[in-house]
Amino acid sequence: MILVWLIVLLLVAGVLAAAVARISPTLCRWVALAATAFGLLLSVQLWIRNYGALAGFTLGEPRQWLLEFDRPWIAGFGIHFHLALDGLSLLLVTLTFLLGVASVLISWREIEDGVGFFHFNLLWVLAGIVGVFLAVDLFLFYFAWELMLVPMYFLIAIWGHERRVYAAVKFFLFTQLSGLMMLVAILALYFQHYQVSGVYSFQYTDLLGTPLTPRLATLLMLGFFAAFAVKLPMFPLHTWLPDAHTEAPTAGSVILAGLLLKTGAYGMLRFVLPLFPDAAHRFAPVAIGLAVAGILYGALLAYGQTDLKRLVAYTSVSHLGFVLLGIFVGNRWALQGALMTIIAHGLSTGTLFMLVGMIQERTHTREMARLGGLWETVPRLSGAGLFFVLASIGLPGLGDFVGEFLVLLGSYRAVLWPTVLATIGVLCSTFYGLKFVARAFHGPNTNRWALPDLTPREATLVGSMAVLLLWLGLYPQPVLKSFEPSLHWLEQAVSRPVVGFHFQTDVGGRR
Amino acid sequence: MSRADLIALIPLLVLGGTAVVAMLAIAVRRSHRLVWAVSTLGLVAALLTLPVALPLVPRTITPLLVVDRFGLYFTGLVLAATLAVVLLSLGYFERQNERREEFYVLALTGALGAAVLPLSTHFVSFFLGLEILSVTLYAMAAYLPERRVSVEAGLKYLVLAAASAAFLLFGMALIYARTGTMTFAGLAEQFDQGAAGHPWVLAGLGLLLTGFGFKLAVVPFHLWTPDVYQGAPAPSTAFIASVSKGAMFAVLIRFFMQSGARDLRGAETAFAILAVLSMVAGNLLALLQSNVKRLLAYSSIAHLGYLLVAFLAGGGPGAAAAVFYLTAYMVTILGAFGALAVLSDGHSDCEDIAQLRGLFWRRPVLGTIFAAMLFSLAGIPLTGGFLGKFYAVAAGASARLWSLVLILVITSAIGLYYYLRVVVAVFATETEPAAGLPATPPLSGLALLGLGALLLWLGIYPRLFLDLIQAAVTGLL
Repeated sequence: MILVWLIVLLLVAGVLAAAVARISPTLCRWVALAATAFGLLLSVQLWIRNYGALAGFTLGEPRQWLLEFDRPWIAGFGIHFHLALDGLSLLLVTLTFLLGVASVLISWREIEDGVGFFHFNLLWVLAGIVGVFLAVDLFLFYFAWELMLVPMYFLIAIWGHERRVYAAVKFFLFTQLSGLMMLVAILALYFQHYQVSGVYSFQYTDLLGTPLTPRLATLLMLGFFAAFAVKLPMFPLHTWLPDAHTEAPTAGSVILAGLLLKTGAYGMLRFVLPLFPDAAHRFAPVAIGLAVAGILYGALLAYGQTDLKRLVAYTSVSHLGFVLLGIFVGNRWALQGALMTIIAHGLSTGTLFMLVGMIQERTHTREMARLGGLWETVPRLSGAGLFFVLASIGLPGLGDFVGEFLVLLGSYRAVLWPTVLATIGVLCSTFYGLKFVARAFHGPNTNRWALPDLTPREATLVGSMAVLLLWLGLYPQPVLKSFEPSLHWLEQAVSRPVVGFHFQTDVGGRR
Repeated sequence: MSRADLIALIPLLVLGGTAVVAMLAIAVRRSHRLVWAVSTLGLVAALLTLPVALPLVPRTITPLLVVDRFGLYFTGLVLAATLAVVLLSLGYFERQNERREEFYVLALTGALGAAVLPLSTHFVSFFLGLEILSVTLYAMAAYLPERRVSVEAGLKYLVLAAASAAFLLFGMALIYARTGTMTFAGLAEQFDQGAAGHPWVLAGLGLLLTGFGFKLAVVPFHLWTPDVYQGAPAPSTAFIASVSKGAMFAVLIRFFMQSGARDLRGAETAFAILAVLSMVAGNLLALLQSNVKRLLAYSSIAHLGYLLVAFLAGGGPGAAAAVFYLTAYMVTILGAFGALAVLSDGHSDCEDIAQLRGLFWRRPVLGTIFAAMLFSLAGIPLTGGFLGKFYAVAAGASARLWSLVLILVITSAIGLYYYLRVVVAVFATETEPAAGLPATPPLSGLALLGLGALLLWLGIYPRLFLDLIQAAVTGLL
């Protein structure tokens, strides 16, 4: 039942926030903050309570879900309102609420118009995302998948920057078209399952292992893959991302980079690999190739940007390339690395967007040419900027490093050349990272900026993110252990590592 | 006719009676509010008599009509839609200068024709219902003679609808000449014995299809739609878009399923071609419109294409999907045109996208409802349009109509673009100094809220509707 509450909490708080905004915008912000913070508390408490079960997990344990909620919804079609939680979704839900709190806080001063409707959309997009992470009925999953789109569209289209409408429409069209592809694939799988079993069901666990001809499996896999690859985003389907990230308000960028992209990765792990293991196996070389292309292309284009926000946006393309690489290499290390990158990238890039937002709020520009020398006037903000840029380019000791290192370690043992190229991508990230720091913070203060430094609210926010990244970098075991049962289960479902590499399960995860 | 027959027909009798009473009321005293109140009460009463007729189904009343669950479902739909139109028209006609009362008589008469259509099992009743509906629609489209576009719309509709009626009639005559029967069941027997192969019958069926195509406005018979949608007063457009098309599709389902003509060789291909053309052309032509009424006209063409995909899936699931889609679509389009009607002033309709700019910030509730209707047309979750599209795709997939399903998916993604254009305008923040928006009468507001609630209900927990539709469709097979 608590799973339902996690979603209902956000939905109700959204309506409430919109309602009280007429009385007082500040009250509305507090409502949103309280809801997200309460959700964060709930999910952290869930984690702590289930940590024993996750960490003490032994191989061969049959139970897949920690918690479940299942009610019939639309009976004629065999549609259930079925939510379930495992280690993977638990951590992603926790991340969702964490970044939710951050988004509310970062918008405290930035959003002045339409406060009520803004927070309504913010909370509803979070609800959609939580729904995506928890749904294990494919219809419900698609429902939530589509549901998170509309509020996000509004966040960009109403509170975004100059070219917001263009960016919002592009975002919507890309995701909607690919989502419809997934819908067709879901339905085809559903009817295929019906033909075999005589039961109408959208249940994830029922549909697993539906016998498919290789051709059909490939087609259906591509239907799912299209939706997730657009969200991830995979090169060359990424073109909506730079626009959407750049034009969105700060909170929108944080949610996009930190959470929405992760739904794509989550979908690959939860659906593409287990539902179509063989087709995914056959498709892996293509996916790996595109992942590496994305890593290099993203890094290269990030270096070429003059707009700070666009730069950060392109780094996402690069980092998510690592996630895709890890997922399709598919051995334990690579998968652990992909999951670690998902979490760490959410924190580091999310915070980078917040920092760029803070710079823009103070200077009203994101152009590097007009910045420079900020270190003199806002040393704390600049220091934070340096920290998160270093995190993002993979400084050892911080979360991103662990993730990318594990991905490379795993893929090195499976596919050599892509790994080499991906490593070059890591190198390239140093260039754009240093460019960011050098152009924005260092150099002479030619524009004579004299700006207020981080406020206590901002400092707390950025500080806690830094602490979390350090924790992930120095002591990632709790997170890795929480993923362990899901990964083990995934391996069983896939029944072998996706790339034909013989890999011993006993090595996995214990470095 | 026995007493039971009359009881089974009581919703139609109440409806017809209300039309007469409304007309007499105008003769006694010209009062807009009075006629409006009479029509509203009459429609509510007719809706309330539906449960009275329900225990008697299925009941064949003369060879012409059958009162079954399918027919009653659509009668209810027609009555409810007409009620919504009447409720939403109050403010609209209040703001017009003269001759406002007859509109309600026309709406009631039109509803009577529309209610006969889904009940008819015979060419004669089919044609009678159709003509009652059509003739009132000419007048409704041209209802505001001071506006040139309105007269033009009425004339255009008159010419094309009369032509399509001629097609229908000729088709019926050809079929009758060969088979000697005009009942749907009789035709089914004849078709079973191979009558369908005869050139006359084939030509007749083709002509029938053309007639259906005109009324439903599927490509290539769609040419009247944009002008009529644009020119007719918003309440009339709402009526044409919901009641007329809904009833027509209902009789299409009944005719093609009960006569077995759907399963004839060639029929499937013909429907598939119409569906593809409608989906593609409707969505592409809508892309360029800056007039919301025209845009919705083209979008309606596309939606009829989606409906045909569901219908083509065939059998119970296909018909059920089509009926659900139609229900959701009627709610949606009533809400959309209803919002436009509520926003229109006495001189011209609110129809330009620019006029809707910033609507959400000026009138949050109205803006939200209007946006919800657009999202429903686009097929976004939480709305009935989403589940409708889902069922249509599911029905298509179950019948393995993959190419049609793919075209549906791709064209509806294209369609998203123009719905979003309107949504962008509704939520635009940089508004010009707000021109005064007309006040909404409480009952019209309530009707819009009701439509919005219905949309959510259909989109989130459609169980009641699905059960009703399932029962209705099962009776049809």
